[in-house]
Amino acid sequence: MLAMLLRRFALGAITVWIVSVIIFVGVEMLPGDACTAFLEREAKGRILENCREDLGLNRPAIARYSEWAANAVRGDLGVSANGQKQISELVGYRLRNTLLLASGAMLAGIPLALFLGIVAALWRDRPADIIVSTTAIAAMTIPEFVSATLLILIFSVWLGWVPGIVLTSADAPLADFFPEVLLPIGVLTLVMTAHILRTVRSSVIETLASDYSQMALLKGVPYWQIVFRHILPNALLPTINVVALTIAWLLGGVVVIETVFNYPGLGRMMIDSISDRDLPVTQAIALIIASVYVGVNLLADLLTMIANPRLRTMHMRRK
Amino acid sequence: MTYPTTYQRRGLATRLSGTIRDIAARPSGAIGLGLVSMHLLLALIGPWIVPYAYTEMNPALVLSKPSAEHWLGTDHLGRDTLTRTLLGGREAILVTGIATPLAVLWGGLVGVFFGLAGGRLDEVLMRIVDAFLSLPWILKMLVLIVTFGTGIEVLIPTLAFFYGIPVIRIARAATHDVVARDFVQAARARGHGRPTIIWRELLPNVRDALLVEGAMRWSWMLLAFSSLSFLGFGVSPPTPDWGLMIADARGFMSFSPLGVLAPMVGLSSLIIGINLTADALAKALGIDRAQKAPV
Repeated sequence: MLAMLLRRFALGAITVWIVSVIIFVGVEMLPGDACTAFLEREAKGRILENCREDLGLNRPAIARYSEWAANAVRGDLGVSANGQKQISELVGYRLRNTLLLASGAMLAGIPLALFLGIVAALWRDRPADIIVSTTAIAAMTIPEFVSATLLILIFSVWLGWVPGIVLTSADAPLADFFPEVLLPIGVLTLVMTAHILRTVRSSVIETLASDYSQMALLKGVPYWQIVFRHILPNALLPTINVVALTIAWLLGGVVVIETVFNYPGLGRMMIDSISDRDLPVTQAIALIIASVYVGVNLLADLLTMIANPRLRTMHMRRK
Repeated sequence: MTYPTTYQRRGLATRLSGTIRDIAARPSGAIGLGLVSMHLLLALIGPWIVPYAYTEMNPALVLSKPSAEHWLGTDHLGRDTLTRTLLGGREAILVTGIATPLAVLWGGLVGVFFGLAGGRLDEVLMRIVDAFLSLPWILKMLVLIVTFGTGIEVLIPTLAFFYGIPVIRIARAATHDVVARDFVQAARARGHGRPTIIWRELLPNVRDALLVEGAMRWSWMLLAFSSLSFLGFGVSPPTPDWGLMIADARGFMSFSPLGVLAPMVGLSSLIIGINLTADALAKALGIDRAQKAPV
């Protein structure tokens, strides 16, 4: 099992490394560099040369990549091109704000998805299932900006319950984000719940049809005992991986939602940095998001292995 | 060269109409097919049935309420909302309609090839695929769009490229299911080369999986395209587009909610239609797509 874990970890590390190369090459492709963005119209001749020399932009790409990667490993993400500020400082609050969104959506969404998924599976093809499943398809396929705008229209413009736009600055204390943060969390929860509940539903249905569930049923074990003792522990295993994938997806989907709500998180910072050609910031954010994605997936594999005795012993026996 | 067949080969048209009948047999599939065909038809004949020109502005009627002349009211420039909503899907359908087959084609071919070849090269490719999938789609798209501009000549290849990458995975997995079967071994024993095996033995067998995947990719692509338009990186004004319309009308929601609601209904009905069709198609072909990850 340890060997298996190490292998997974190594694969994750390789993925992050390839991502860093892709990010670096991708950002190199962007027209202009930090100096042309910083100097704007004065970006010509001697001044441009000096600026590039100061920032070390005229060195070969390989040298710049290795320095950037080595610093990033140490947690030093470099200096932003425009503001001349440490990126780790800039990113810190934004990351915290995005995590507030994500954790809010997870706290609300995962229990809701489990509950609705199980209900839909146990009452398969009945009205409860049809309502839940249809709503889920609608929620997960409609673009986030559409559901976000719709929720703003209903809860903010028509009902006036919560503000439809976030005006708090990025470095404000977390408490200041309430109640503004509720609507963005609502949109994220909606989409996330839909994804997870579909997997929960289909895996509960699969387990219901398994031999051991049928056996328990024929032995005369009470229905609810079968559900809680036999079906749920087995059915919820595949859910771990989908939760991980959904969290990873959430980091991308959050970009649009943050833009709609004007929320000062990592996603909006990414869009701003791309439009401003603030390349070091773009690189840093992309690297953070990709590392979180790989990390979350790794964690999900680990949890699945711990939770599933079959996987553990299988690898021991193979040795 | 002809192969002796023990069964009657059906023509493409027969098989296609059979599949369509299977989809329409389910109520959700029938609704989905209906929605998709309606949108395709609308995209084709739209310009001839709309009541106004989409650029026609009426300064006297800005953000007006629904009336006999303007059924859904007008937008902030006094343009007819109904006209712009009816035309709002054409660009999206054109771009994604070209990009989806391209994505399935290149992703499918690469996936089948590496699924068959296996080995060290396959390992390396899968790591690169994983790396690409771990970046949010919007970042990948924006970097290319900021580099090369926002026209459809950029959007089509960009969407086709990035949405082909997850197809590689599906095609590779489907190939792995097939490659150990007897008929592939038989083809190898007959001395067929790799291209022949891919074309004659593998592709027909992974086709169903690719078809369902293609339908799903189409809906994700529409989502990406309209999100890009919404963020101001897609269609450029004054071309009517649902994403752009929602972005424009968002500021005036409290005066004229129809300005955002109309394009929302247009976009959502098309995307839901595609998904219902894809679901019914998957069930008709015997593929479960509930387990699919949201990448």
